[in-house]
Amino acid sequence: MHTSTLIILLLGLMSLAYYFGRKRSLSIVGGKIRDLHSLPSYYGLQTAMWCGIPALILLSLWISFEETVVTGIVVESLPQELQSLPPERLDLVLNDVRNLSKGDIVSSTVDQTMQQAADHYSSLMDISHMALFVVALSVAILAGLWARRTITREQRARNRVEKAINFFLLSSSTLAIFTTIGIVLSVLFESMRFFQQIPVTEFLFGLEWSPQTAIRPDQVGSSGVFGSVPLFAGTMLITLIAMIVAVPIGLMSAIYMAEYAGKRFRTLAKPVLEVLAGIPTVVYGFFAALTVAPFFRDMGTNIGLTVSSESALAAGVVMGIMIIPFVSSLSDDVINAVPQAMRDGAYGLGATRSETIRNVIIPAALPGIVGGVLLAVSRAIGETMIVVMAAGLSANLSANPLEAVTTVTVQIVTLLVGDQEFDSAKTLAAFALALVLFVITLALNMIALHIVRKYREQYE
Amino acid sequence: MNDTSTAKTGLQSEAGAAMKQNRTAEGTVGEVYVDDPRMTCRNVDVYYGEKQAIFDVSLDVGKNQVISMIGPSGCGKSTFLRCLNRMNDTIDICRVTGQIKMDGQDIYDGGLDVVPLRASVGMVFQKPNPFPKSIYDNIAYGPRIHGLCDDKQHLDSIVEKSLQRAGLWEEVKDRLDQPGTGLSGGQQQRLCIARAIAVSPEVILMDEPCSALDPIATAKIEELIDELRENFTIAIVTHSMQQAARVSQRTAYFHLGKLIEVGETDQIFTSPRHKLTEDYITGRFG
Ligand SMILES: Nc1ncnc2c1ncn2[C@@H]1O[C@H](COP(=O)(O)OP(=O)(O)OP(=O)(O)O)[C@@H](O)[C@H]1O
Ligand SMILES: [Mg+2]
Repeated sequence: MHTSTLIILLLGLMSLAYYFGRKRSLSIVGGKIRDLHSLPSYYGLQTAMWCGIPALILLSLWISFEETVVTGIVVESLPQELQSLPPERLDLVLNDVRNLSKGDIVSSTVDQTMQQAADHYSSLMDISHMALFVVALSVAILAGLWARRTITREQRARNRVEKAINFFLLSSSTLAIFTTIGIVLSVLFESMRFFQQIPVTEFLFGLEWSPQTAIRPDQVGSSGVFGSVPLFAGTMLITLIAMIVAVPIGLMSAIYMAEYAGKRFRTLAKPVLEVLAGIPTVVYGFFAALTVAPFFRDMGTNIGLTVSSESALAAGVVMGIMIIPFVSSLSDDVINAVPQAMRDGAYGLGATRSETIRNVIIPAALPGIVGGVLLAVSRAIGETMIVVMAAGLSANLSANPLEAVTTVTVQIVTLLVGDQEFDSAKTLAAFALALVLFVITLALNMIALHIVRKYREQYE
Repeated sequence: MNDTSTAKTGLQSEAGAAMKQNRTAEGTVGEVYVDDPRMTCRNVDVYYGEKQAIFDVSLDVGKNQVISMIGPSGCGKSTFLRCLNRMNDTIDICRVTGQIKMDGQDIYDGGLDVVPLRASVGMVFQKPNPFPKSIYDNIAYGPRIHGLCDDKQHLDSIVEKSLQRAGLWEEVKDRLDQPGTGLSGGQQQRLCIARAIAVSPEVILMDEPCSALDPIATAKIEELIDELRENFTIAIVTHSMQQAARVSQRTAYFHLGKLIEVGETDQIFTSPRHKLTEDYITGRFG
């Protein structure tokens, strides 16, 4: 008997309850819906909820405590010498018992007591499952019957159902919020552990980044320097290049699409831009590393410049191309949101198309465009794949786009790839970097959203 | 619905009847042509995609006259008005055929530039649509793009004069640098009128300019229209018959895309000749 079978059965019961609840409400008033407080479907829904929700809550509680209770009973019945083991050892034994009962591989030799314990465990589990099955189904049926019986013509079923729906929606949104908070807190606590080993000021203002630490005390050489400035400088440099590529091209293509392009061109070009937005970033990454970077290097040698084969320029340009559809579709939206009346006003005065765009549409859409660009910036800052492949790993503090630089996200990846101890400064540094990155993008997003919202109010 | 025109003109003298005959057009009751036209429209059809919105309309707009266009909602008044400065060009699916001339020049001629046309045929829209700029810049926008001002001083005087004529100067003279969108609805509409007259057009098209205004602002605008008539030619769409009677010299009645009857405003409102016109102005329709 699987839990999924039980859930399907419960759902079936709920639809039955809906049917009977609805029918019941209709029969009370002899088919005259007008005499009911709410529409029949609300009585049906109410009955279905009574039938399903208590049983489902019971189910989830049961499942979450079943294991603990059963394990407790098994421990009770173990021989004395096993029971008095230290907790970690006891855990291992219990693990073996569980594995044994499921027929999985066991770490120690199987003796008589172990086998007995495993049998005990699985029989208890079976009993528990059966009990759950019976109890949940009877709760569902009883609650459903009760709800059906209490239906009266004045019962405010609509209000109750609305309240229940409200509660469901609320709990889903709080779930999302709590997940976010959980992630932020975990990053925050790990970063605190990092800052206990490395001072915050050194991390924020240090000019050198070299995270190799000695794993054994007798190792020589790398002591680990965690100054994050070169990483943030590299991030900013690449983001800047990406924006120089993406903003003008994205904006101009948006203007063309919104104001000039005929219907035919638009229906053709929009999907193409969307394809551009749908390419996985890893594809852009190897496009940058294998095509664009060598191209820049060769061009550099032709005109007498030394361009390293992994350069900020290549990564930035490709990232810019990746962001073009993002900028252009956001700007397209805000340009289209400028009321037609505004355009008519300008055209009616004899303004040309470009005058209308320059003097009326762009100023009216500017806050929205700025908001869109800021969102694009935070996207560029968080982008990883392209820079991992095309920008390099060396933490140079340099403003020269022709050299290799590295970014925050790239370093997070390299810090966490491969084997590592979870409490070394090297690993914890990833959390500190992530925290700062998170704060920056959060700030950018908040500014962007604020600007966008302000702009929305303008035409209400 | 077109033979009434010839039947009724029988009352006139022989010579007069002949002259009136020349001034009528098939499908329309009354004199569609005037002696001194600023704009002349001949057999205009307008289509939105497949759907025809205006059917074979011929009409003259006389110099220094106010002509009002009335008719039930959706009969094509706005559509026809927008033909006169080619604002329909901004609607992709809209197609205009027939001939519309301004001072003898065909405005739908392929080689004609719409920029000077729209500078000389200004438009005021049904909903006030000030630009999200300062009051000053709203008015100065037209003169700037058409290069009508030589220096700042000149521009200042254009702005002041336009605002004064629109009856808004006293209310806004101390806050010219504030956004035009911050004005009240009626003030915004007068701002838009000021904006339209700042480029000194010869014709002003007004599409229900008072539909969002209170009676006081409406009275101000009607007064303004009367004043403007001295220098400008005005075509106004309105749903208010009283307004049409107060401000216009000629009135045109549209019905389902057709021009049913045109005539002196007094005559249209006191003794309409077509049954549809009569029904409409006596309130039995629309
Ligand atoms: N942009 C458009 N696209 C398609 N059809 C349109 C468009 N504008 C107007 N029409 C149609 O053309 C006809 C005439 O519309 P128009 O706006 O000229 O009417 P109107 O007389 O100004 O009405 P109202 O008094 O309500 O403003 C209507 O049937 C309308 O549905
Ligand atoms: Mg209209």
